[in-house]
Amino acid sequence: MMAPAQQERLRGYLLGFVLALLLSLVPFACVHYQWLDRFPTMATIGICAVLQVLVHLRYFLHLRLSEAKERFWLLVFTLLLIGLMVGGSLWIMWDLTDRMMGH
Amino acid sequence: MTDIIRSPRPSPELPSRLAERELGFWLFLMSDLVIFALLFATYGVMADRVAGGPSAEELLELRRPLLETLLLLTSTLTMGIASLFWQSGKVRYPLILWLGMTLVCGGGFLYLELQELRHLLEQDAGPSRSGFLSAFFVLVGTHGLHVCLGMLWGLFMICQLLLRGLDAEVASRLQRLGSYWHLLDVVWIVIISAVYLPGAMP
Repeated sequence: MMAPAQQERLRGYLLGFVLALLLSLVPFACVHYQWLDRFPTMATIGICAVLQVLVHLRYFLHLRLSEAKERFWLLVFTLLLIGLMVGGSLWIMWDLTDRMMGH
Repeated sequence: MTDIIRSPRPSPELPSRLAERELGFWLFLMSDLVIFALLFATYGVMADRVAGGPSAEELLELRRPLLETLLLLTSTLTMGIASLFWQSGKVRYPLILWLGMTLVCGGGFLYLELQELRHLLEQDAGPSRSGFLSAFFVLVGTHGLHVCLGMLWGLFMICQLLLRGLDAEVASRLQRLGSYWHLLDVVWIVIISAVYLPGAMP
């Protein structure tokens, strides 16, 4: 019933779903069963989150440099803005907390 | 805009206009991401400011967020499958079915989220209790509101599919709805990883 190109895309969605599911369940399991110490658990959560976001962009939003150049670079620019604003805010506020509360 | 809707035949420049709209909508989505990023920054600053009230560790549990994650992830898959149908053009009823499943999953997600927020309010842990809870309610609430709007949009699209059928403009709107929905799931991943999982850790 489906054209080959569509079957290809369906496979992409299913693969993306399975990958995203695994990357969701691993950090939940890590926190629930307390397999690791605090820092390695946080690192696992962070790494899985970044990987899962990449899976979503690749398999669900089809964001590839070859196909969607403008949208790709808009996202990169937005991530730069977000990095500056979030990183800068947290840096300033956490540093301020240290200085105000630390003494 | 109105002239396109009234004209029965698509004009020759329609595809490029639709591509422009899709790019413009992507720009809106990017600015939406910036809003969420700033709410995350606020939460990052406020996470420890409990003002003597309950902390994240005392309030947040994992079972409900896990269910919410599974529902939202499933809805992303069903939205992807729906996109196969609107891109192939002719089939209308399977498309409505998959869109409907997406909305059902989104509804389940919203139900769980509202249940959680109500539970917090009952424990006297509302947004006015502490800086942490203000930031939490605003962040989670803004995401929930986005899901709610996405569902209204989905319902509207189903009505439009029933009344008008699937033409190039409707397909383009569905394409934008799809991008919106997938990006909301991306934001949810970050909420889970930045709020719920670290919060539930001892």
